[in-house]
Amino acid sequence: MHSEFAIEARGLSKHFGELKAVSGLDLRVPRGQIYGFLGPNGSGKSTTIRMLCGLLTPTEGTATVLDTQIPADARILKPKIGYMTQRFSLFGDMTVFENLQFISEIYSFPSADRAARIRDLLAKYDLEPQRNQLAGTMSGGQRQRLALACAVLHRPELLLLDEPTSAVDPQSRRDFWENLFRLASDGTTILVSTHYMDEAERCHRLAILDHGVKVADGTPRDLQAATGMHVVEVSAKDPYAAQAAIHDLAPVASVTQLGVRLRVLIPEHFDGPVRLIEQALVRNDIAATVDTTDATLEDVFVAVTMAPEKAA
Amino acid sequence: MKSLSRLLAIIKKEVRQLRRDRLTFGMVVGLPVLQMLLFGYAINTDVRNLRTAIANQANTHLSREFVAALKQTQVVDVTTTVTTAEELEALLRRGKISIGVFLPDDFDRRVSSRSRSAVQLLVDGSDPTILGVANQLRVMPLSFDSARPAASAQPMIEVRPYYNPERRTPVNIIPGLMGVILTMTMILFTAVAIVRERERGNLELLINTPLSSAELMIGKIVPYIIIGMLQLALILGVGRLLFDVPVRGSVLDLYIAASAFVAANLALGLLISTAARTQFQAMQMMVFILLPSILLSGFMFPFDGMPKAARYIGEILPNTHFIRLTRGIMLRDAPLGELLPDLYYLIGFTLVAMTIAAKRFTKRLD
Repeated sequence: MHSEFAIEARGLSKHFGELKAVSGLDLRVPRGQIYGFLGPNGSGKSTTIRMLCGLLTPTEGTATVLDTQIPADARILKPKIGYMTQRFSLFGDMTVFENLQFISEIYSFPSADRAARIRDLLAKYDLEPQRNQLAGTMSGGQRQRLALACAVLHRPELLLLDEPTSAVDPQSRRDFWENLFRLASDGTTILVSTHYMDEAERCHRLAILDHGVKVADGTPRDLQAATGMHVVEVSAKDPYAAQAAIHDLAPVASVTQLGVRLRVLIPEHFDGPVRLIEQALVRNDIAATVDTTDATLEDVFVAVTMAPEKAA
Repeated sequence: MKSLSRLLAIIKKEVRQLRRDRLTFGMVVGLPVLQMLLFGYAINTDVRNLRTAIANQANTHLSREFVAALKQTQVVDVTTTVTTAEELEALLRRGKISIGVFLPDDFDRRVSSRSRSAVQLLVDGSDPTILGVANQLRVMPLSFDSARPAASAQPMIEVRPYYNPERRTPVNIIPGLMGVILTMTMILFTAVAIVRERERGNLELLINTPLSSAELMIGKIVPYIIIGMLQLALILGVGRLLFDVPVRGSVLDLYIAASAFVAANLALGLLISTAARTQFQAMQMMVFILLPSILLSGFMFPFDGMPKAARYIGEILPNTHFIRLTRGIMLRDAPLGELLPDLYYLIGFTLVAMTIAAKRFTKRLD
């Protein structure tokens, strides 16, 4: 049976003793898309990815990954997935070439095509100059390219990437995402966890995780359209004083400072958000410009992860 | 005052961490206790209960009286009774006994005439301690031997050391040392093997590949078997060059025995590796294996002389069986066929340890 979803999870939970790392997660990842997990550290991103590749046994719930039951048939799944760990997990005391060769052997890549495949990967992932360098002596960006090259060597249908860009510079991150889009256009499904908003925005679809619970999912555009909040931007000479004046207003759900600007979230059902804030600023004798604006993914994130009583 | 409070803070932290690190705590307490027990019991020069066989060809009242007196010393533990000197020699060669007592059919006449020694003690001389004990038996008091022997008269009991006529310690030590060295290096190599990869993060990558537990375990062992064989050649070469230690039996037999022994140690090392969380923990666990392997294996003290509990522990250790094999092959020219139980034990040990290690090593993180 060939499902249209690469990953389908129902009520997936993982508890470590008292700690509920993941609770009742429902997930549907369409094939051939880049699906993002956005959430702060400790939100259950890694735990979920580890359950989906069979490394952790769910406390409750079931998951079907590439038409395979997890964790019962994890063994069948292994050759079909590629996994990139959060921490660099290749062998630092082996060269780039030796690492690739080792991976090709472990995955029983046809020996006749091995040399060509490794050559191809060295070129695609810009590792040719580091071919004979020990992996442990490379920069963060180079290591990450090697890790991705190793993860895709056996041409997996599904790539699970656990915060792949947390240790690399912005240029390397951009290059990395170029590679992900190329892989996705070749038909690979990619599940990638991140805590960078700009990366989350690049995903086809997105799930926002907070304290082990999925608090929102959809395309970035849908999520931005459906925050349930007015987003008001305030530009003030003294943003700190402005924040103090706005913060305790009853309807205000959240105030975030970005340089001299403040982004204020106010629940959608409240009428006249701009007037409310302008009046508060005038009362406190603070000069500022106030205007509504479109929600960014960061606003979405703030809105869906805030305490429920503030969002009401 | 500040310095003192900082100092106390550090002490408190160390104690707290130590209490939580159960293995280090176990070492703090366990090692001294273990060493006291091992040294206290095993270092015991009054060796007792040496396995002994008797061939009493005379079978007279007097000869039976002698045997009874010999048993009363408690030095010997008569496990077998045979009829000929050849059978005693065979038992000695197979390592079944340490002392063979031979009483010829003219025992009575020899006792009365004192022209020739009346009793022969066939002793495994490869262990100098046992030889020393046998020599002491020569002067044991005998009720029927009331006549003060003339200075020129033959002593009644004659000791015939086998296998190490020059009574040199290295001859006995080297075959045992081989086992100790291999135990130390082989377990060390593999004990850290899995843990190191866990610490470096490599394991999370490996367990997500199609690689099976058994493949990983066996793949880690094989290179070290070859290293073990090279070490063996080195030890044999040095033993030969510097200490003139012979290999009286077949070198092939020796290598077969060593392969089984190396495999057993590597499997044990892997087992440690699956249990330890860090490389340091693996080292700590290794000490618990190494110490008894030195003290209770018969390497330092005659196995038969140790108390029962110590011998039971010794029987579990691969080194005990390997030392029996090497001493048999190298010093007594015993063919491997006569030493099979020890070889089978090593093979069995390997299989059991490997199975448990592969079972313990699940391809999961929880």
